[in-house]
This record gives sequence, structure tokens and C-alpha cells, in this order.
Amino acid sequence: MTARSWPKTVLGVVFTAFMLFPVYWMVNVSLTQTGDLRRSDPHWFPTDPTFEGYTSALSQQLPALGTSLGIGLGCVALTVVIAAPAGYALAVLNLRGGRALNFLLLVAQMIPAVVMAMGFYAIYVRLGLLNTVWGLIVADSTIAVPFGVLLYTTFMAGIPRDLVHAARIDGAGAWRTFTRVVLPVSRNSTLTVSLFAFLWAWSDFIFASTLNRSGEFVPITLGIYQYIGNNTTQWNAIMATAVVASLPAAILLVVAQRYVAAGVTAGAVKD
Amino acid sequence: MTTTSVEATGRASDGGAAGGKPAAPGRDARRRRALPGSASRWTAIGFAAPLLAYLAVFYAYPLWRNIELSVHDYTVRAFVQGNPAFAGFEKYTEVFASDSFPTALLNTALFTLVSIAFQYAIGLALAVFFHANFRLSGVLRALFLVPWLLPLIVSSSTWAWMLNSDNGIINSVIESFGGTQINWLTSPDTALIAVITANIWLGIPFNLVILYAGLQQIPDEIYEAASLDGVTARQRFWRITFPLLRPVSAITLLLGFVYTLKVVDVIWIMTTGGPGDSSLTLAVWSYREAFGTGQPDFSPAAAIGNLLIVIALVFGFVHLRMQRGWEKS
Repeated sequence: MTARSWPKTVLGVVFTAFMLFPVYWMVNVSLTQTGDLRRSDPHWFPTDPTFEGYTSALSQQLPALGTSLGIGLGCVALTVVIAAPAGYALAVLNLRGGRALNFLLLVAQMIPAVVMAMGFYAIYVRLGLLNTVWGLIVADSTIAVPFGVLLYTTFMAGIPRDLVHAARIDGAGAWRTFTRVVLPVSRNSTLTVSLFAFLWAWSDFIFASTLNRSGEFVPITLGIYQYIGNNTTQWNAIMATAVVASLPAAILLVVAQRYVAAGVTAGAVKD
Repeated sequence: MTTTSVEATGRASDGGAAGGKPAAPGRDARRRRALPGSASRWTAIGFAAPLLAYLAVFYAYPLWRNIELSVHDYTVRAFVQGNPAFAGFEKYTEVFASDSFPTALLNTALFTLVSIAFQYAIGLALAVFFHANFRLSGVLRALFLVPWLLPLIVSSSTWAWMLNSDNGIINSVIESFGGTQINWLTSPDTALIAVITANIWLGIPFNLVILYAGLQQIPDEIYEAASLDGVTARQRFWRITFPLLRPVSAITLLLGFVYTLKVVDVIWIMTTGGPGDSSLTLAVWSYREAFGTGQPDFSPAAAIGNLLIVIALVFGFVHLRMQRGWEKS
């Protein structure tokens, strides 16, 4: 890298700043005094910041944050429990009809969430699962399961056969090979699948707004939505809630950058 | 929703491009066959059983219920009592004959095609830009992912406030340059433009990530050879980068199409498809009929939803066909 790369860096910073302007604006509005929100020329910088938006957001939305956390973790558990063994069956145990199953999973990702929401609604009405956290966990997991299976399959197909053979020769059965060899080696895939399953469940709006509209425990996305409907004057509180709701994404970006990269390279290193 | 992870992007393109063949590359397939004493078929089925049960109960059954909804006349009462009248394809003809149908179809076409055209062009330009590997390029590229990772309700409500007629920053900037106030979200002329703009912003990171991964697969030797031949930057892009990127471009556009087709959140949160039907797409229409009004109308909503699935599948198959054609040639 020579000094000639500096103009590109400057240009890159300009592009990034332009791209991230809405994110900056969200933070700026969240710190604005309520009286200044209705100005026709908004303040560009939070010169006189206030945390009133955050205090009113947290006082009202703390239970919703807890609900979202629970739903996210439940969704992660369900996704991993289903996807990891399926990946093992497809990639290591040569499941008959694996091609067809892979194809089905690709098609499954094409189905619009609104269609799934209607199907789940019709089923949940009968089963009394509307407005429950469990119902929402199951519905949210449908976003992550096909992705999880495809990811595990790809990674596990790259695990050296010698490793699996060695376990077999030592007398380990299929289940022991799975739990003692394949799963530990696939740790980074598990992290990647978990992080995305969590984030998608946390971010979900369509299932929440259809299957859990009047529940006792609503997730944070619905909390924000109801906030917008109820008091359109307090945009600093809405944006403060939005900032808090964005925190998992921010953490993911810092943490997962490393793990996702590790997951990609891990398969190549061991060969 | 743009649902594919950083890692899956490259991988997804493998699976998709090859028409859903097993993810293992040929080398592994050869070794696999050599595996002595491989587990019996039943063990494999046992490990896949949770997934198979899951797909049957939580995918196939909701889809089946959806088809059932669309061929019956489900009123709220029929929903609770479970005795709807059979309607055959009546709900489908109702949908096709509705005044909203041509509008929703046109809006869906505009929303999807304009969105993915801009997302792809901007994403590709940025991928080429970042491929040059200057100082801080890694950090800046990571920051570009932020819009993609935020919950859609967060980004959509932020855009809604930025585009607010009286207090939005965008109108404030326009007015400071001497323009007049534009009612972005409340005027039928601009509502669709406003939601498309927000959606382009949301999709740029996804395109950037996949196309950047595609660029990294192009061997450096090709560029080195080209630079010895004295090729200009413009020729290098149009004669080398763009043609070699074609498979990756194809999968990017297909995924973009499928994801954009089913977008509900962004439009619903910003405009609820309005004013009137001016930003109504098929997916939003389906959502509005089923959940958006006080009077849930599930049967036409399900019919519209099934229509969306058919459109997505048709484009998926056309894509696979084209892909096979290229592989042969």
C-alpha cells in the first residue's frame, strides 16, 4: 500500500458516511429535546443532548426487550437441534434423497413470510397458540432452519473423512461420532447459525405482528410499532427504542465478523 | 427479508448455481464412496428425522392450510367454527378482477425491478471499489453491513421520520436549496419512490457482500496478464470482471428478486401500501387483507400469497434453466 491509496480511503470514508447517514440520524433524533423535534430545520448535531427519550423508552419497553431475548434464544436452540443432525445426515451419512432435500430447502427459502404467517395463524387459532411466546419461537425458527441445514451441510461435507473413520475404528457409533467429533469440529458453524437465528428472531416483524398482536408478552419490534401508532409526537423515544433494538446487530457485527470468517477458513485448514 | 449470512452468500451461490446438487465438491464425493462400513440408511434417516418432521409440520402443513384457505370462503365466523363454504377458484377470480390487482401487479414489478437494478449496480460499483484494498477498506466494508443487520422496523421507521413532510431532514435539505416541500409518504405520486429508495438502501450491503466474494474468486493472474497487454481500466471491467462475474451476478439477481418480491415490513411500516393503493405490492396487499384491517379476509389474502409463490418458483426455474444452458456452452 502506497501513499497513492489515500485518495481512495478518503472516498471510501465519504461513501460509508453517506451510507450510514440514516443510522446517524436515528441516534441524533434519539438525543433531541422533545421541543426541538417539530422544528422545520432539524439540528444536524446533538449539541444539547437529552436522555429523556431513553428513559421513557426503557421504562416502557424493558419487558419487550426481555421477551425478544427469550424468543431469540429459544429460536437458536430449536434451530441448532434440528439443523445440526440434519447436516450430519446429509453431509456425512449420505442420506438417500439428499439432493431432493437440499432442493426443498432452497425452495423453502423462497416462500414469503406473509404466506407462512397466514398458515400459522390458521393453525394457531385452533390450537390456542396465538399470542404465545412458544408459537412465535416456532414461527421465527422457520426463517433460520433451512439456512442452518444448508450451512451445516456445506461445512460438514468439508470435514476430512479420515477424522470420521478414526472415530469409527475406535468403535464409536454414529451418535458418538456426531457428538464427540463432528459437532465439536463444527463449532464455528454452530456459532454462525446461532448468531443469525438469534438476529432474525430478534428482528422479526411479520410473525410478531400477526401471531402475537395482543399477547401479554410482545417482542421489541412490535413494541416500536405500537409506539409509532400511539404517540407520534415522541419521536426521540421511538428512535431511542430503535437504537436499543439495534444493539444486538451492532454486537453481532463486532463478534460475528471474526467467527464467520473463522467458519469459512476452518474447513480448509484441517485438510 | 434479506436473509442470507455472510458465509452463506458464497455457499448459497454454490448450491443454487449447481441446481441444488449436494454441497460437497467432487473430491469429497469420491472419498465418500470409498468410505468403508458407512452407516446404514436408517441411521441417516434417524438423524434427518427431526428436520423431516419439522418440514412436514411447520412448512408443509401451513402451506397446505394456506391453499385450503384460498379455495374456501373464510369469514371470521367460519374461522372460529371451522365450517367455511367451498369456493373453488372463486377467490382467485375475485383477486384478478379486483381494482387493486393491476395497481399491485405494476407496483410489484416496479418495486422489485427498480430496487434490484439499483442495488446491483451500486453494490457492484462498491465491490469493485473496495476490491482495490486501500487503507481501512476492511473496516469500511464491515460498516457497510450495518443497514443489513438492523431490524427492518428500525430502519423503516428511521426512513419514515427522515421523509416526514414537515419535520424530516430530507425536506429540510431540499428547502435549504430552494426547493419546495415534498409529501414523500403521503402523496400518491411519491410514496412508491420513497419506499423503493429505502429498499435500495437496505439491499446494497447484501449485493456488495456477494459480489465482493465473487470478485475475490477471479484469479489475479488474469488481471496481471491483461495489464501486460496494456488494457485500460474500462476494458478490464467490461472484458474481464463483468463476464467472469456472470454466474455470481445471476445468483445475486435471483436472490434479490425472490427477497424483494416478498417484502412486506418496509412498505407496511412506511406507508401501509398507501395512500390509497399507490405503494401497494402483492405481498403487502396479501398482508393488508389478512391482518391489516379490522376485517380479516383470509381467503383472498391466501390466494394472493399463493400467486406470489408461483411467481417466485417460475423465476427460480427459469434461472436454473439459464444456468444449465451456460454450463453447457
